[in-house]
Amino acid sequence: MPLIELRNLHKRFGRQIVLRGVNLQIEAGHVLVIIGASGSGKSVMLKHIVGLLKPDKGEVWFHDRRIDTLSERELQSVRTRFGFLFQMGALFDSINVLENVAFPLVEHSNKSREEIEAIAMEKLRLVGLPDIGRKMPAELSGGQRKRVALARAIALSPEVILYDEPTTGLDPIRSDVINELILKLQRELNVTSVVVTHDMNSAFKIADRIVMLHEGLLVFDGTVEQIKSCEDEVVKRFVTGEAGEADLAELRTTGREFRLTNQ
Amino acid sequence: MIRTMPVGLVEQIGRNTNNALAALGDFSLFVARTFLFVVTDGWRWKTIRLLLPQAYEVGTRSVPVVAVTGAFIGMVLSIETITQLKTVEQENRIGSIINVSVVKQIGPVLAAVMLAGRVGGALTAELGTMNVTEQLDALRVMGTDPVRYLVVPRFLACIFLTPILTIYSDLLGVIGAWLVSTRFLGVPEGPYWAYSAQGIETWQIMEGIIKSIFFGAAIGLVACYKGFTCGAGASGVGRACTDSFVTSFIAIIVLNFFAARLAQDWYTMLYGTRSIFG
Repeated sequence: MPLIELRNLHKRFGRQIVLRGVNLQIEAGHVLVIIGASGSGKSVMLKHIVGLLKPDKGEVWFHDRRIDTLSERELQSVRTRFGFLFQMGALFDSINVLENVAFPLVEHSNKSREEIEAIAMEKLRLVGLPDIGRKMPAELSGGQRKRVALARAIALSPEVILYDEPTTGLDPIRSDVINELILKLQRELNVTSVVVTHDMNSAFKIADRIVMLHEGLLVFDGTVEQIKSCEDEVVKRFVTGEAGEADLAELRTTGREFRLTNQ
Repeated sequence: MIRTMPVGLVEQIGRNTNNALAALGDFSLFVARTFLFVVTDGWRWKTIRLLLPQAYEVGTRSVPVVAVTGAFIGMVLSIETITQLKTVEQENRIGSIINVSVVKQIGPVLAAVMLAGRVGGALTAELGTMNVTEQLDALRVMGTDPVRYLVVPRFLACIFLTPILTIYSDLLGVIGAWLVSTRFLGVPEGPYWAYSAQGIETWQIMEGIIKSIFFGAAIGLVACYKGFTCGAGASGVGRACTDSFVTSFIAIIVLNFFAARLAQDWYTMLYGTRSIFG
């Protein structure tokens, strides 16, 4: 029985069709990585899982309960079972790091102030940042901001953690720290992780299963080994990071001949 | 000869009407949700805790701008009115004319317009920035309704503080008018206050204060809604701030018209017509 299920998911924004009937089952306790080109609808798909977007057509199920038809108020209790790491962290910039991490606990628990502070500190230790609780988000580096956002995402000990491009904008070393952190949380908290990324190094390192989204549909579903040996042209180009003729068509606007450097 | 209208124009009118109706419906739902949370959560400590910093932001920090506006309006009205009254040798009655204008119309409206600029703009910019940096979505995924957490305290602060700032603006307007009339324009102090007391009734003061509650509600709701629905990027936030001020300003002017009409009808029904020259 899947933990999360997307059935025939369709979504469009104005004239732009983003999802054209996505079907996906996500099993508990694994790391699922969703890859795809920029603008292919990966983040849109992730936001459907947690009810931030409603599908035009199709269904979203969590623990055998359909959640895409729930009201905002009904969704609140469902959402506390998810942790969501936003691409830029989305830390509240008017409060300090400790208050950011403590925020979900203040809102959803009846614990005392001291208990909440202790839990927030423990979460900060878990992401390797025990000494920055009094700093403001604006004083943090990109990597620190993501780790603090991750500490906040796990504050309520969620069952599922959703990562929206966790390594984007970070240097390779910081990216690897985030990858290790995702694996560490997976081991220590035994959660289900869904990671949206176009960083293939990251995908190969953390994934139990990889799916690829292309032109609104899933075009690949398999393991790391399977995607490395996949012969499908679209998948192969994405994995190796090679631009195709179609990708370069828009560069041919000067009238001069333009060729791929690897041909 | 039959003239045919271009299909593109019809399509454009249809689309604009559709968008305007959708925006109105969206705003109505936003207002309904805000009122729902005010009723269910407005009295809880969770909300009051968030209300206090907003009250400081909306109220305390607006005092200087409202004070300066109120005082100078009172002073300018004195200078403009005295000339006309001198032509009919009624300059001693200046207090009644100016002070009625200040407490009924100019004080509440100008205080509200200043707040729409200072507070409304700041609220839209703050919430708009939170929107484009996904902080509103972050609240939602943590199971916290952004309307309850962000809009309700700001809305309540606007409702509670706008009348208080209006009273302050009225007071400074009255003092400004008194200062210029009696110290620089030669109106004797005794008749000035006697006619002022004769011209102003509790009803008129209350009219100004009660309508300022509605002005505050309009400023808070419009500013928060524009922040919640702003477009992407810095330009989106900038445009939302401009829209917020313009929409609040129009709302204040329109509300003021209906409030004036309603108050006058009720006053006439209860007390009949009364002249300030009586």
